[in-house]
Amino acid sequence: MNTEVNLAGIKMKNPVTVASGTFGYGREFADFIDLNKLGGICTKGTSLKPRSGNKPPRVYETPAGMLNAIGLQNPGVEYFMNNDLPYLKKFNTAIIVNACGSTIEDYVELAKVLNTLDIDGVELNLSCPNVKAGCLAFGTTYEGVKEVTSKVRKVLDKPLIVKLTPNVTDITSPAKGAQDAEADGVSLINTLLGMSIDIHKRRPHLANNTGGLSGPCVKPVAVRMVYQVSQAIDIPILGLGGITTGEDAIEFMLAGATAISIGTGNFITPDTSIKVIEGIEHYMKQYEIDDINSIVGTVQMN
Amino acid sequence: MKVNIKAKIVKKEKLKEDIYKYAVEAKQIANDAKPGQFIDVRVIDNIEPLLRRPISIYNIDKEAGILEFIFQVKGKGTEILAKREIGEEIDIIGPLGYGTFEIKDYENVAIIGGGIGIFPLYELAKELKEKTNTNVHIYIGFRSKNFVVLEEEFKKVSDELTITTDDGSYGIQGFSINELKKDVEKKMPNKIYACGPLPMLKAVQEYAIAKNIPCEISLEEKMGCGIGACLGCAVKTARSPKDAPEYWHVCKAGPVFNAKDVEI
Repeated sequence: MNTEVNLAGIKMKNPVTVASGTFGYGREFADFIDLNKLGGICTKGTSLKPRSGNKPPRVYETPAGMLNAIGLQNPGVEYFMNNDLPYLKKFNTAIIVNACGSTIEDYVELAKVLNTLDIDGVELNLSCPNVKAGCLAFGTTYEGVKEVTSKVRKVLDKPLIVKLTPNVTDITSPAKGAQDAEADGVSLINTLLGMSIDIHKRRPHLANNTGGLSGPCVKPVAVRMVYQVSQAIDIPILGLGGITTGEDAIEFMLAGATAISIGTGNFITPDTSIKVIEGIEHYMKQYEIDDINSIVGTVQMN
Repeated sequence: MKVNIKAKIVKKEKLKEDIYKYAVEAKQIANDAKPGQFIDVRVIDNIEPLLRRPISIYNIDKEAGILEFIFQVKGKGTEILAKREIGEEIDIIGPLGYGTFEIKDYENVAIIGGGIGIFPLYELAKELKEKTNTNVHIYIGFRSKNFVVLEEEFKKVSDELTITTDDGSYGIQGFSINELKKDVEKKMPNKIYACGPLPMLKAVQEYAIAKNIPCEISLEEKMGCGIGACLGCAVKTARSPKDAPEYWHVCKAGPVFNAKDVEI
């Protein structure tokens, strides 16, 4: 039974990765799971310089989901390379660094640094809904994604995955921008922009007013978008959005994802990723599937 | 080490209409837990409600491997938790938090709490009494007589217990901090420990800093994961420059902080 996949040039022992911003740099989960079992780890969004993040409250639970507006708090790439990367390198799992910035220059400078590191790939975060500058500003249009991705592409030899926002009318448009800029793959979806109001205070629950919605409630939106993007581009897809079980993961793969990420599911229970791996294997046995790659994109539309 | 276990409920007690005390079998967590730490409870094996509920540890029985926690029914999560029964297993992660109450031999300490914030102070007082020769004076405040809980329990783990109610329907009328202030004039505590509503914590923090009394405060903030991954439960550090806030996290650096270190 083969569960090995090649996501945009990143070889992984199985299609299960953990999503950026839900897994820190791995340490927090090492008490609970064997990190060697994961296909890959997408790190916390990392910027050129440290970022302090948004005011609290930063998270709020919603029906079968949650809103967050962390604001990309992270210690910066220099701290990452000195403190977190050596830790992550102890494990036999693909390391995909989620890279974020405020300007195109930020992204390019960061990519230059990442290009020198012993990592397996870069996930270009053009889709965080919670910071004012950068990210989303580039991520919503074909031209924006193409411009920043192509500039990063010029300085980055490693596999490059562009993370897309669902907060657009047609997600295939920025996806094509990534492909045309020679990205190796795309990941989707980032969180859906949402808001929740405290009716007693008549104010939003989050200090940032709006936040990114994630969790099982977004899954059907994510599956639909993965399917649409898979029909529009040829580069591989890392699919995510509300996955908590092996069945969920299979659904994304049938829709066209080569690999998947567990995000908010990591908060529900710290071993969700391991359960998803087991669930995928169970499905493969049930349907006598020898190679997990054989199911990718095989959904038959009605 | 933090563990994720299924803990069997062995005792359930309704302290008030909406306040429950559970005892669960959790050998390893009980063995490792320190006063001030918390557990993250998955109230039911479902995606709704999605997130765990962080609940402070009330009492640790290391020998029996039992943890006790007390919670108030506040929303759908705690409502479901309150329906769980003896013999059932609940999914918990713990012990969580790195900043814990310091157990050290002092001459006098003051422990001050308000409302449902008093629960984590019990284990603190108990360990101070068991492990040190510290004179422990506990001040706990409630809204009114109907809200007073655990009086006997706190009496057992203190040398002196002062109870206040906002409306004077039980104990002394007023806020517990006012009683603490009166006593400080007579007998200076070597340390103040506090947990309770934010206005109370702010008043305690301000007073302790003004009087130069070492002070530890236990904070809460909305949490996503409880284990330091989501960075949701941010708390501003006191050393933050005005235009560049610096944040720590309740589940990572706290929940207990040195009062001088945080801006609340």
